[in-house]
Amino acid sequence: MIKTRIDKCFDILKAKNKKGLVTFITAGDPNYKTSLEILKRLPSAGANMIELGMPFTDPMADGPAIQASSLRALKSGQNMIKTLELVREFRETNQETPIILMGYYNPIYAYGNDQFLEDAFRVGVDGLIIVDLPPEEDDELCLKAIEMGISFIRLATPTTDEKRLGSVLKNTSGFLYYVSISGITGTATPNINKVKDAIIRIKNNTDLPIAIGFGVKTKQNVEDMSKIADAVIVGSALVSLMNNEDKTDASIIKDVLDKVIELGKGL
Amino acid sequence: MDNEQKNSYKSGPDENGRFGIFGGRFVAETLMPLILELEKSYNKAKEDIEFLEELNELNSKYAGRPSPLYYAERLTEHLGGAKIYFKRDELNHTGSHKINNCLGQILLARRMGKKRIIAETGAGQHGVAVATVAARFGLPCVIYMGATDIERQKPNLFRMKLLGAEVIPVTSGTGTLKDAMNEALRDWVTNVDDTFYIIGTVAGPHPYPAMVRDFQSVIGTEAKEQILSAEGRLPDYLMACIGGGSNAMGLFYPFLDDVSVEMIGVEAGGKGVETEEHCASLTAGKPGVLHGNRTYLLQNSDGQITEGHSISAGLDYPGIGPEHAWLKDIGRVQYVAITDQEALEAFKVCTRLEGIIPALEPSHAIAHLIKIAPEMSRDKLIIVNLCGRGDKDIFAIAEHLNMAI
Repeated sequence: MIKTRIDKCFDILKAKNKKGLVTFITAGDPNYKTSLEILKRLPSAGANMIELGMPFTDPMADGPAIQASSLRALKSGQNMIKTLELVREFRETNQETPIILMGYYNPIYAYGNDQFLEDAFRVGVDGLIIVDLPPEEDDELCLKAIEMGISFIRLATPTTDEKRLGSVLKNTSGFLYYVSISGITGTATPNINKVKDAIIRIKNNTDLPIAIGFGVKTKQNVEDMSKIADAVIVGSALVSLMNNEDKTDASIIKDVLDKVIELGKGL
Repeated sequence: MDNEQKNSYKSGPDENGRFGIFGGRFVAETLMPLILELEKSYNKAKEDIEFLEELNELNSKYAGRPSPLYYAERLTEHLGGAKIYFKRDELNHTGSHKINNCLGQILLARRMGKKRIIAETGAGQHGVAVATVAARFGLPCVIYMGATDIERQKPNLFRMKLLGAEVIPVTSGTGTLKDAMNEALRDWVTNVDDTFYIIGTVAGPHPYPAMVRDFQSVIGTEAKEQILSAEGRLPDYLMACIGGGSNAMGLFYPFLDDVSVEMIGVEAGGKGVETEEHCASLTAGKPGVLHGNRTYLLQNSDGQITEGHSISAGLDYPGIGPEHAWLKDIGRVQYVAITDQEALEAFKVCTRLEGIIPALEPSHAIAHLIKIAPEMSRDKLIIVNLCGRGDKDIFAIAEHLNMAI
């Protein structure tokens, strides 16, 4: 089997005995140019992988920070064509860092599933996290994505019991995204012991790397979570720095990258 | 016609919650176990005589069912065509058809041992019905209502508060029904252990569209018996307004296999379907995925959901129940749109001729009736679902008619 960028990334981390930092930003937030600049500089600031949000008007699983981020991006004129273009431009200078598109199904469905997968693969997308496509809807997009060599990264949550874990893991590739809380992004702080128990339970069922996200805000959170998983995902804490109402693009870029550097120290 | 269609229009959804390509279970993983549990509990309850008897009892003694089927004599004379009947669901306790569904769901919530009720509301009719059943069964209840809707539906806001509900204004998006539904889903994802989400329309992830339809089908089941008893035959037409589509689905469903009965769903055309200010998802939208189901949606070419407009907050939703989407595609039901202005005119006609103040939502159905009934011969029978009363709308209507209260 051909190793994907995501597989290689985890291999390298493992060889160095290190944990990964996955950073989330929304494509086009607060505008195309600024998000491209941040995207290009995230790897040197310490991001091992990048989750790139595809903005959507109705992000039902997201808290206020990512909702606002999505709306800023849309207001600046971001759409699916430009999101794929952003990845293409990023890949001109970076061939290593995995890019995972994250978002909701409707913008993909409107673009056309087959066309989307083809274009995403061509520009260098490595994985997809589609919040509202559970295993029950695998026929929609997941199976074809995997066939094309794009990883389909599934979310497991505190409500994913033993019985469901099998179907959640079945068509998951790349890594498993463990949602540390029952809730929306960027709100409650997870209970470490509960998360730890869940990760142990999942590790008994799969060899896939596990990344923990939702509610990871500080260097301390990163430190705590990276002890029990293979990677840690930070989103809301970054996009909440992107409100451009009273900030210049340059200071947004600096704030976000500084935050990534700081979070990376928790690994 | 293929075999499947010959069998029945009533066999949906399939085990995956699909009506053709529509419906489904497009939810975050956190909610998936919850809707599976709900489906299991509902399937059990609907076969349970005790559950059905309790619901029947509440429907009759608490909600006031059956609602009458009323011959609208003066309107019939005025229009000079088909004979018009109103299904008087506005006479139900709480003033609309919404109570039918809420009683069913609260009984289910209780069976499932849930301790907290949440709901979304647009016009506030569903919110009031939820607050009512929550009070009746002693469960705390949180209602999400768009800030824009709160402004135009103050009487319902006050009623919900009197009933003890906590009403949370939703300011995200444009502060209307779809945003309220987003917030309710966010609440549910956060409070997975003890909370029951009472969705108010035939939309959302499976099993909601089927479950809400079943609870609302009491409308059509009664209407069928009543028209047979009054006229000795089935009606020629059924008409109902459509926001998410629960009152229409409730009236239509028991008649779906009676192929002689034509059905018309009336959407909110706002300022006209040729403008961008309307809520006619079936007439002018296209298939997409939102709030857990695939259905027709108002959206732009990038798949971003656009904001609808209607004079009636209860029809102000960019989606539509998936079963309606399917019924449209297979051609079993016809869907049309009525403008704000036409609905207002119909509101006036009904009020003055029949002494019934309808809500703005069914005023849309009446407006279409006014368009087509005069063209029909006098031996045709039409049933219009009068799904809500207009008390809640009088302030908004006064404003539109430039009248002082």
